Amino acid sequence: MATHRGRGFAAINYPIGMNLGGDPSQALVHSNPDGKFTVALSAIDLGQGMKSVTRQIAAETLGVPVEDVYVDTADSDTGPHDMGSFASRGTHRMGNAVIQASNEARSVMLEAAAEELEVDAADLVTDGKGNIHVKGAPSRSITTMAAAQAAQFKQGRTIAGRGIFLIPLSEVDPDTGEMTPVSCFAHAAMLVDVEVDDETGEVAVIDMQSAYEVGRALNPKLVEQQLRGGAWMGMSHAIWETTEPYYPSREHGPEDFNSYLMPGPGDLAPHHISVLERPAPDGPYGGKGPGEMCANPVLPAVVNAVYDAIGVRIDDLPVTPEKVLRGLRAQGGAKPRRML
Amino acid sequence: MIEFRKEFFANERDDDLNEIGKPTRRQDILGHVTGRSPFFDDHQFDGLLHLRCVRSPHHHARIRRVDASQAEKMPGVVRVLTGKDVPANLNTLLSLLDFGIDDEPILSDKKVAYRGEPVAAVIAATEAQARAAVKAVRVDWEVLPHVLDVEEAIKPGAPKVLDIYPNNKFVYHGKYDHQKLRFGDVEAAFASADHIVEGRYQMSPIEQAPIETCGAIAAPEQNGRYVCYTSTQALFFSLGTAAKVLQTPSSKLHFVGGTVGGGFGGKVDSIHEPLAILGAMLTGRPVKYAWDREEEMQVGAPRGAERWYIKDAVNRDGRITARKFIGYFDSGAYTRLSSYAIIKGVGHLPGPYTIPNVYADVYCVYTNRTPATAMRGFGITGVDFAIETHMDKVAETVGLNPIELRILNSYRDGDMKAHRREAKNCALVECCQVVAEKAGVTLSAEAKAATSMTGGGGERARIPNYTATDQNGRVEGFDTGSYARKGGGTSPVSASAPPNPQPARAPQPASPPPSAKTPEQAPPRSGPPPQPPGARPAASRSGAMRFSSLAGFRRR
Repeated sequence: MATHRGRGFAAINYPIGMNLGGDPSQALVHSNPDGKFTVALSAIDLGQGMKSVTRQIAAETLGVPVEDVYVDTADSDTGPHDMGSFASRGTHRMGNAVIQASNEARSVMLEAAAEELEVDAADLVTDGKGNIHVKGAPSRSITTMAAAQAAQFKQGRTIAGRGIFLIPLSEVDPDTGEMTPVSCFAHAAMLVDVEVDDETGEVAVIDMQSAYEVGRALNPKLVEQQLRGGAWMGMSHAIWETTEPYYPSREHGPEDFNSYLMPGPGDLAPHHISVLERPAPDGPYGGKGPGEMCANPVLPAVVNAVYDAIGVRIDDLPVTPEKVLRGLRAQGGAKPRRML
Repeated sequence: MIEFRKEFFANERDDDLNEIGKPTRRQDILGHVTGRSPFFDDHQFDGLLHLRCVRSPHHHARIRRVDASQAEKMPGVVRVLTGKDVPANLNTLLSLLDFGIDDEPILSDKKVAYRGEPVAAVIAATEAQARAAVKAVRVDWEVLPHVLDVEEAIKPGAPKVLDIYPNNKFVYHGKYDHQKLRFGDVEAAFASADHIVEGRYQMSPIEQAPIETCGAIAAPEQNGRYVCYTSTQALFFSLGTAAKVLQTPSSKLHFVGGTVGGGFGGKVDSIHEPLAILGAMLTGRPVKYAWDREEEMQVGAPRGAERWYIKDAVNRDGRITARKFIGYFDSGAYTRLSSYAIIKGVGHLPGPYTIPNVYADVYCVYTNRTPATAMRGFGITGVDFAIETHMDKVAETVGLNPIELRILNSYRDGDMKAHRREAKNCALVECCQVVAEKAGVTLSAEAKAATSMTGGGGERARIPNYTATDQNGRVEGFDTGSYARKGGGTSPVSASAPPNPQPARAPQPASPPPSAKTPEQAPPRSGPPPQPPGARPAASRSGAMRFSSLAGFRRR
């Protein structure tokens, strides 16, 4: 009786946004009396950071500090239509809508500033710190707050912007499957190390090394939280989770977290992540969406690593101890491969 | 533990931005870590009522009779709802995208097709009273034979899970009982291959497992409107679904989402909002409908199971020259989103590799289990598991390092993909190289020198001169008006099914109680099989086109 180590590899790509397009998102941006901005969305922040990433995108585009932007979400009376937070579409679709809305608001803000400074709006730039100044002449400046207040209380202007992003719908050919599925892809490669106990059949993932290409990482911390949590979810899919352990039988279905197996903190493998950023031509500032694809390479990598460790191919998820032991018995014990 | 490899693709990026690329702390994090972020269930109402469903104990059964007379007399019970109380008691989620035929009752009144299917809903003053009354609702069942395996379900003579599609298979483009992908000629490549590698892969059903179970609270607002606090992932998707099911103008509904306690795809199905609002409409009081953990795990739609068969033609040097897929998505008893996920999956084949001949037949199969729905990686996770496990077998067959094999076959900028669009913005080669370097796996000089920007296009950008096509799986008598029909500008309405007698969103009086009629436009739940031409299923759908950008363009 022994434990056997093995390594497995997998590489994947992932389509960003609803597959065939036709999924609009809208955004509204307006300035408050103190010159700060509210972004109104009906989008949902599931914990993935929708509010934060759209806040950064709005601030970047408006040319104001991120502290000057507040994102309001998830109210159908105040936020314009959006399809929702799924299909890795939030950042890509809503991000583009927020850029368009912010650009419109920014141009009104610059017109208001131009009137105050008695210059041409085309000559003005923002410094991202709350100031608008003449290009090449930083001393001829006005704060975004003063410009916003002048617009609203002196000039009679509304500083606001509307944005929508829609990739037109693609048709699908019934006979060949010809289609224009999505506009950009994220990528990943993953190598895992596992340990398989040939007495208990248990598989432990002990290390994960990955490279994820996510377009521009709009917020590196939010990217990291997705990749880390998502990879662990993939690991859990590979060796722990299912609602029907003897699929297609419906027997023994778990009804709570005592019987629905998931890894605990002690089961989580260290994960060494490298992030590559090839900007998507049509993504907001080149961003794609790391949220879904991060789990995908882990499932096959674990199955391949189990084969590498004991020579048993388990093509039927999840890799339960029972399947491992049955496989070992069928081939008369572990036959390590050590391919990697 | 995390590094950003800025040297890759540096010339395609301007890294000098003010806010983008900064690790800015999230706007809502203090609320989260101090337990102050409000969830849907934190909205308190005086006189809140609780709704719980009576569910089928059978995988498949006809409903002879539902008797709620005892339950209605129990303490705290305000009302018991059945299918006849639901204004439009038939829906398919993708009708919001003009895709698919209404197939799923909100509260089933003729038959059930999975264990856990709701047939009645009890509204009571407390959750305990609702639970007690649920047990007192008597249902007279006629148990029917059931089928749980996808390949069993499509055999001749298998129990019929869903009447409107033939042989338990969704109909694509009104034409075939599966989605096809045809690129080149796989059979010719198999005939001349050095190696054939075959495999069968089974992806398991998985629970999204959010900490917060799905739910909604609805209450009457002023001006004949209703507010609905919900855990949805897709606010207007849920709002549109509720408006359709309740036959109510969407402007009468005010949806408020917010902090969601985990979604992962399991909070798109919009199950709770329509019933909670209907309860509020019929009782005039706030109503909450939420799943408990058992319902979340066994009634709530999981990531569906998938079964894939893959066959590759491989050259001695490791180049894959053909790849054939046969795939079965287990949709469970109703369509929900599985039909759409298959198109997403087919557009993804054959994975991130340039293979000159690709073939796929992918089936959306109905079985007598909980309907499947979206989950993180929907349409892709299962087939990526199959493809990448298969790649390992190919590597072993030709005696090549598995990472080397991926780089050799990887798609590059300018390559033609099997769905007939050019690849761009690729980065698979670089991801493989970085992992090999980190893990100390030695690659050949050739693999190390490869890039996604070079080596593609040219001959690899060519669409095959010949593509083998076929009419297998042809289905007659369907005219579903799916937007995914190529070249179909408008959706023709079949002669035998009259168009909607009235617009689904006809203006209604200020605050009407929903009428208790079964909508006329609902396709029959049972009846003659749809195969014979002329006996077409209803081509009209009960509305909810408002949020379909696509339908907005094409149906007016």
